[in-house]
Amino acid sequence: MHGRPRKPLKPVDEAAVAAKAEKLRALQSEFLSNHQNKIYSKEAVELSAKLLEINPELYTAWNYRKLAVQQNLAQCESDPESVNSILDEELKVVENALRQNFKSYGAWHHRKWVLEKGHSSMDKELGLLDKFQAMDARNFHAWNYRRFVAALMKRSDEDELEHTQNMIDKNLSNYSAWHNRSVLLSNLMKKAAPGFTSKDEVLTREYELVREALFTDEDDQSGWFYHLWLLDQTVRSEFPLLVSSWPVEGSDISLPAADYLDGCASMNVFHYSSRNFPLVLYFNQSVRGVNSSTVSVSCGFNLNIDLIWKPLSSTDSQSAKVWATHLAIPDAELHSSEAYQVEVKVGFSQGIVSTTGVAYSHPSQISFQLHLQKTPLESGQDSRFGRIQWKDDCFAVYEPGSAEPDLVNLLDNLTIKNEVESTASTWQARIIDDETNIFRDLLDCKIGKLTVARLLTAYNSLRPLDKPVHCKEVLELYSELMKLDPSHYQYYKDNHSLVLLQQVTSSKESLLSRCFHYRDSTLSTNGSPLCLRLNNLAISQLGSFEKLLWVQMLDLSNNELQSIEGLEALQLLSQLCLSNNKFRSFTALESLRYLKSLKVLDISQNEIGSHSIDTTRYLFRSPLSHSVGSCDWNINYLSSETYWEAFFVLKDMGLTQLDVAGNAITSKSFNVFLEKLLPTLKWLDGVEVN
Amino acid sequence: MSELPQYPPIDPTTFDLIVIGTGLPESVIAAAASTSGKTVLHLDPHPFYGSHFASLSIPEFNSFLNSNSAPPASQSCPETACPSDDPNLSIINLNCRSLYSDLEISSFSPTLLEECSRKFLLDLAGPRVLFCADKAIDLMLKSEASQYVEFKSIDASFIGDGDGALLAVPDSRAAIFKDKSLSLIQKNQLMRFLKLVEGHLRATAASVGTDVNQSEKGEERETASRISVEDLESPFVDFLTKMKLPAKIKSIVLYAIAMADRDQENKEISKQVLKTKDGVDRLALYQSSIGRFANASGPFIYPIYGQGELPQAFCRRAAVKGCIYVSSVEINPNLEFQSSGNYKGVKLASGQELFSNKLLLDPAFTKSSPTSSPDDSLCARFDFLTAQNVKSKVVKGICITKSSLKPDVPNLLVLYPPQSLYPEQSTTVRVLQIGGNSAICPMGMFVIYLSASCEDVAEGKKLLNRAMSALLSFPDCSESSSIASEENVSHPVGAEEGKPTLLWSALYAQELQTTGQSDCITSSPTPDGDLDYNSVFHATLELFQTMYPDTDLFPATNPSDEHSGENAES
Repeated sequence: MHGRPRKPLKPVDEAAVAAKAEKLRALQSEFLSNHQNKIYSKEAVELSAKLLEINPELYTAWNYRKLAVQQNLAQCESDPESVNSILDEELKVVENALRQNFKSYGAWHHRKWVLEKGHSSMDKELGLLDKFQAMDARNFHAWNYRRFVAALMKRSDEDELEHTQNMIDKNLSNYSAWHNRSVLLSNLMKKAAPGFTSKDEVLTREYELVREALFTDEDDQSGWFYHLWLLDQTVRSEFPLLVSSWPVEGSDISLPAADYLDGCASMNVFHYSSRNFPLVLYFNQSVRGVNSSTVSVSCGFNLNIDLIWKPLSSTDSQSAKVWATHLAIPDAELHSSEAYQVEVKVGFSQGIVSTTGVAYSHPSQISFQLHLQKTPLESGQDSRFGRIQWKDDCFAVYEPGSAEPDLVNLLDNLTIKNEVESTASTWQARIIDDETNIFRDLLDCKIGKLTVARLLTAYNSLRPLDKPVHCKEVLELYSELMKLDPSHYQYYKDNHSLVLLQQVTSSKESLLSRCFHYRDSTLSTNGSPLCLRLNNLAISQLGSFEKLLWVQMLDLSNNELQSIEGLEALQLLSQLCLSNNKFRSFTALESLRYLKSLKVLDISQNEIGSHSIDTTRYLFRSPLSHSVGSCDWNINYLSSETYWEAFFVLKDMGLTQLDVAGNAITSKSFNVFLEKLLPTLKWLDGVEVN
Repeated sequence: MSELPQYPPIDPTTFDLIVIGTGLPESVIAAAASTSGKTVLHLDPHPFYGSHFASLSIPEFNSFLNSNSAPPASQSCPETACPSDDPNLSIINLNCRSLYSDLEISSFSPTLLEECSRKFLLDLAGPRVLFCADKAIDLMLKSEASQYVEFKSIDASFIGDGDGALLAVPDSRAAIFKDKSLSLIQKNQLMRFLKLVEGHLRATAASVGTDVNQSEKGEERETASRISVEDLESPFVDFLTKMKLPAKIKSIVLYAIAMADRDQENKEISKQVLKTKDGVDRLALYQSSIGRFANASGPFIYPIYGQGELPQAFCRRAAVKGCIYVSSVEINPNLEFQSSGNYKGVKLASGQELFSNKLLLDPAFTKSSPTSSPDDSLCARFDFLTAQNVKSKVVKGICITKSSLKPDVPNLLVLYPPQSLYPEQSTTVRVLQIGGNSAICPMGMFVIYLSASCEDVAEGKKLLNRAMSALLSFPDCSESSSIASEENVSHPVGAEEGKPTLLWSALYAQELQTTGQSDCITSSPTPDGDLDYNSVFHATLELFQTMYPDTDLFPATNPSDEHSGENAES
């Protein structure tokens, strides 16, 4: 059934085909008239059976039969023998239809319907299934139906697991069998059935099994998927944990005093131009239930209202990995020169749960200090920042120890230390270590390289606090894979990018080496913002956001990015350069909508508008694909409907500077549109806006 | 000789072809010749079909081997060498020589076997199986002889060691996956090698199958996967070494999949070194045999009722096509020649003269001492009929047990590669166990066939004995007679745990002889030392082609007939 070349259809006698079609048509119209007139006579029902035998896809006929069965059953309710004969007949019709086409949804469904009436012996059903699976062991309809029958007859998961083992023994290229195995094992482990109580032991057994398959036939992909599932089971933390936060524990944050808030000036690296000071919580997995009752914030000043925590997710309004809120700094009560202690307590009261239903049970506390600083107001605030230019000569290497000791401290404490995690991961580390050693023997082939790369990456993910190891090896493996298997280049490239970012963000030293002072003629060194430059890294995907929550100015230019998914976690971001990447549409930039502090954006030299089909919409789930009509679409001030994506992403942003040149979408009318859409805009493509 | 012939004189007396002996080659040629419209007379001195390929009951087996392994004394009675009535005819006397020697039969349970001795069908030419993709199968389908035979699948094959351990041969992807004895790396190496061979075969098939223009594109892609010509001509064992296969895998590939007979590693001793191209062909045969028939679990099948069914099936086919059969005929044939030296016919012991254009002889027939021959040059031409001093022999063993070598696996194959039993072992020992479900012995009993090629019978027997003691437990010799009466044979007392107890065994040696031919007279080959029928059929087809160069072998009949043949097979 699989791996057979398609044979061209034999030339057939047209007259015979026409005659056949004519016959089918006649049958069909006769049937439909029976259906309409609710005729359920023996002859009429037989006619439908005849029709279904020729064309099992005719679901109307299946429904008609259901109606007929219901009526006939109603007539002979008391007589179990005739009930049986009626239902037997249905099973026979289904079987004949399946013989014609065993992938007919209607037929399988009808069988389920009959079975739900409590008829037919289940053993007979399993016998039938064995026949179908002997014909095609991977027929997913049969597998689906098998799960249904097994559930109906309450066949134990252990027996079904045994069945998958037998199927795999016969032919290890059976994705359906491996998949069913993963489903059954998940159930058994969840139930903690005897022999399945220790996740460690179960997974070790399964690794052994799939290892045999992978070593026997390294080209068989069904095993790869299963191995990937096992790896995920091993690494995935069951418990939701807080990974990082903004601000970080123990940091000192300086804010300009109320008088100068609008002034946006600060001697400190971290300065905020708004009265809304962001708090960000970054979890290890998607959670829900983050709100003012599960997260308590206490500070030296009064919070008049409950904080509203928002999930930073474009796909789910209930749960997210990253949650943010904004602390409103009251104008009147604060005194400069006072330090205010802020404490954020997460999970001291119940309510935060992972999407799989596990409660957050490791309360953590983050304390930091807020300082208010008075700085003299500089003159001409509008032009003070001038136009940000992302040129190399505008950046000077950051010298630690100069003005901002707190940055160094901060980079030391980017991640939250969860003791639970480091103790629980011993068996996982052992499994992955063993597995890595074994797969090193297979390094001369594609799956060997990929598996070792995955295992080493997984090993690092188990110990987030430690410096990642083997990064260089993993990067080399992915580079080799890109050459070896060009058809999956992008996949390897993406993983390569993630590891590279992990490496870059792994240590204070490495991060500092990518920190630069931005200065141009108008700024003194002291007041210059700090920029993290991750440009020219050839990365195609972003990651390690948990280590970047502090970043205000980010240069991602000259990479191969197609999406900035995840960047929404960087709530402090005010200047962002994405020029010279591979963005194909504004939908790829949807995360920008969550970056309320963003003022300066450079998306020049990309591919926006040059691809008529927006593949981002298939790659990344987005409400944009569905909620076109929900925005307040003001057709009046738009010159063209073609810019609706740009409208959707950019509409509420307070951008002062935007560069879009070098994209296919740019045109005079687009610029006009942008100027209307963004009233705060001062610079567009380097030209001052009137 | 004074006896009256049992049969009335054969009529007619002139044929296109006379075949003496109903061994497999003779039967195939009789069927092929009849099918192509020749008149054929097929004679056999024995009361059963199959000659050296027959399956016999224990008494038949005993008497056949005993009579045949006796020195040919009485057969060459001088009185039959009487000169012909016709002075124009010259005569050469033929003897029935024995192919067998060194017969040793031991019975450890006389009473038990006495009861059912006739329920056995012991193969003279065992151990032998058919590959599902064997030429023999194709020929059977083509000739429609297949409709007379049914097959049982050989359930499993194993590699054995001197300690009696049996390891399943990892011969397919599923078997490699399930194998418990190979390490992960070995699994990977073996599977990669099998894929390499598969890729080579596919590439070769593709370039043969398509014309030059079409294949050009594909060829570029496929040449990479082909094994180089240089490698194909090199010894297979060297190629395996070049592919960095470890010794264990090499041994599996050479002796359990490619079925090499002699030690391939020791090229000085071994005369038959398998070339890579032949090795690859054997792997191809093995692989294409797996899954050819839906109800065969592995690559091998075995005919129900024994090997003797195969020649019999061809004989039945020949009979349908008009071949005349006379069996149990006392043949002490004298070849008759015209004065010109041309073969004319044979004279039976009964005195009847039968004439034919061509004659095909059972390999056991040899020319007697040339005393009565009037013409030395005539004799010289038929030197091939002189009993050759055959060096090459195969030692065979047959054992009967009441339990299987592997529980729940009635039909199985065991291979002992060279050096697996002891360091000096230079040839593969092949062991085939067939159970009662193949109708060759009572249910619950098992017949185990063994064979090994050898130059020296004693050495060969030593090898078989070693294999037997690895697999079986021998009843205590001093008590051998009493054990039978105690009726506890089925429970191997004091035997090593699990090993079946030997009830009966026969050891014998058979000569290996190839075909011989001169003008109109052909001598067919003896059963060879192989496990399968490939070489036997190959030699037979060549024989037929030289006998009848312009005749098609079993020309295709109309499609519907062929279809019915396929059905019978599957």
